Amino acid sequence: MSMGTQPTTYWETEPHHHQDGASTGIGFWVYLMSDCLMFAVLFATFGVLHGSYAAGPGPKDLFDLELVAINTAMLLFSSITYGFAMLAMSQNRKATTLRWLGVTLFFGLSFLAIELYEFHHLIHLGAGPQRSAFLSALFTLVGTHGLHVAFGCIWLVTLMVQVARSGLIAANQRRLMCLSLFWHFLDVIWIGVFTLVYLLGMI
Amino acid sequence: MSAHTDNNHAHGSYRGYLTGFILSAILTAIPFGLVMTGGLDSRALTVAVVVGCALIQVLVHMVYFLHMNSHAEEGWTLLSTLFTVVIVVIMIAGSLWVMFHLNTNMMPQMNHDIPLESLP
Repeated sequence: MSMGTQPTTYWETEPHHHQDGASTGIGFWVYLMSDCLMFAVLFATFGVLHGSYAAGPGPKDLFDLELVAINTAMLLFSSITYGFAMLAMSQNRKATTLRWLGVTLFFGLSFLAIELYEFHHLIHLGAGPQRSAFLSALFTLVGTHGLHVAFGCIWLVTLMVQVARSGLIAANQRRLMCLSLFWHFLDVIWIGVFTLVYLLGMI
Repeated sequence: MSAHTDNNHAHGSYRGYLTGFILSAILTAIPFGLVMTGGLDSRALTVAVVVGCALIQVLVHMVYFLHMNSHAEEGWTLLSTLFTVVIVVIMIAGSLWVMFHLNTNMMPQMNHDIPLESLP
């Protein structure tokens, strides 16, 4: 910004010009932390209501831990394949980055498919969200996490198109970095879900 | 500060991701194996092991996947995370504590064995 030695005004008439994306990292992190608070409320709600079965089915009647274990593996695999995509990105290898992003998308969609199957199965058994407070809290918590993964998948497809069209430019690298944080963050939330909802429910 | 100078250490390394993955796989297998085989003799001990594994795994993810450290963004990342953790602990522990007492004190007459349909 060029200014004379004698300012004509005592306030700045031009907006500040920061470098593009200079504060994206911390800004996105603060968003993730606020998302974390939202999940904390849902976890607290589930914790309070986890025993309110309303004479309906409980965790031991409903959950299939093998399915949950497969789901957990899907999300963990997708985390490391996204990591490989980021490594390929830092070496400026576009084709490899896209390939790893594709693998990540496959695991993300597998996770969603298994979760939708589980929800369908529960509702089919008559254990839908309207059955008891426990099931309402369960569907809200697990469903919110699933919605996040679904939006992460949409975001992933969007970025794959953008990388394919304009390459690994600085803006796309920044976007991939944000999605990387989002994706790994969802895996962290899933640790809480499978531990508090599924494993503790089955003990 | 350009995005590039930030990113060099923020991407982690092949070795880092593999370490995180293997540690996470072990920390997932232990609680699942424990619960699927019926758990330990003491229920409280099983719960402690399962929750302990989850807490360690969260730390593993933060270090190896989210690449958290004390100097990223001049420490603001770590500071905002610590603040969030404090709020999360207060919110979850506080909710459970307050609502547990609410249930035991306020609703002794609730009988969960009566089906909802038979109530007037």
